Amino acid sequence: MMKAKEVLFDPVFKNNPIALQILGVCSALAVTSKLETVIAMSLSVIAVTIGSNLAVSLIRNVIPNNIRIIVQMTIIASLVIIVDQLLKAYAFQTSKQLSVFVGLIITNCIIMGRAEAFAMKNPPGAAILDGLGNGLGYAVVLLVVGAIRELFGSGKLLGFDIFQLTTDGGWYQSNGLMLLPPSAFFLIGFFIWALRAWKTDQVEQEH
Amino acid sequence: MDIYINLLIQSIFIENMALAFFLGMCTFLAVSKKVETAIGLGIAVVCVQTITVPVNNLIFFYVLKEGALSWAGLPESDLSFLGYISYIGVIAAIVQILEMVLDRYFPPLYHALGIFLPLITVNCAILAGSLFMVERDYNFGESIVYGIGSGAGWAIAIAVLAGIREKMSYSDVPDGLKGLGITFIVVGLMAMAFMSFSGIQV
Repeated sequence: MMKAKEVLFDPVFKNNPIALQILGVCSALAVTSKLETVIAMSLSVIAVTIGSNLAVSLIRNVIPNNIRIIVQMTIIASLVIIVDQLLKAYAFQTSKQLSVFVGLIITNCIIMGRAEAFAMKNPPGAAILDGLGNGLGYAVVLLVVGAIRELFGSGKLLGFDIFQLTTDGGWYQSNGLMLLPPSAFFLIGFFIWALRAWKTDQVEQEH
Repeated sequence: MDIYINLLIQSIFIENMALAFFLGMCTFLAVSKKVETAIGLGIAVVCVQTITVPVNNLIFFYVLKEGALSWAGLPESDLSFLGYISYIGVIAAIVQILEMVLDRYFPPLYHALGIFLPLITVNCAILAGSLFMVERDYNFGESIVYGIGSGAGWAIAIAVLAGIREKMSYSDVPDGLKGLGITFIVVGLMAMAFMSFSGIQV
């Protein structure tokens, strides 16, 4: 039995799903131009990872081995449908902005990866913590990238003015690049660099 | 005809799946170390995408859409909430069928693509192709063109990235940036280059 604290916090910095395992990067980049969508997306992903880890862990002993991928896929797809319907009902504006990316949580490799690698082998309690931890690891990267992009791209955080823009008579000249797709790649690249400069054991060896 | 050509150019260059929408990134970053494997995966994605988008288009218009079941005497039905689960089911099934057909009739191609085919089920670009098709209300003809275009765009992007990464093995990269970090930055530069295609119309 692993320690609960390790299961929960390892994925956040030590074994971050995005920075180290290259999982779930797809959606991580596309929704980060505004902090609001980042929060909605992170909450959705955390909810789905916890739910799928719990469900898969509960029935792990009765899933026949050769159809396990399909079973996991069905569980995840059903959870995503629930999340999508909830978003449409209570946060319609945000769900419009996220457009297809809520649906793409289904193919987010973090969820599939954790179900396969952890939930299939561990009891429900640990699986919930692992789901939460990996969801948080995903959320941390997204929040950092989203905050930087919104702050420097449009001088705002969550829609509130932080830097007064020159167009409104202030001092800050907005950086349009931050709102465009390539900046997300650069920021994640630099995030990984910073993380690996701090935790040097994550540096990749030459092949 | 103009619509189709425009759509093709738009889906390959302007709205490139990998570089403008960040789709299929996991495989994009993981399988782009060698040009050969990258091209193999690219071709597999084009094949699967060209089949799944039109098939999902038919399913959406004749089964799931609001009122779509009127041909079966159920004009009130609206099954659009079942969308995600049916698209992913269709994708998984088609990948499986394609694998068996290739194995039976085109063994050389099967051996070339073999290990990549199962990976494609969880490639976000494939599911996203179907989701974008639904969101933008493409008709059957457009969905075929969009399937080919979006697959081809992704294939070009991964082949180019693999080429750059092969060259990059000779360069001296700071420790923390090695591998994943520098790849992200290269992809960012590629995305900027692809942005110069925007606005092209025939």
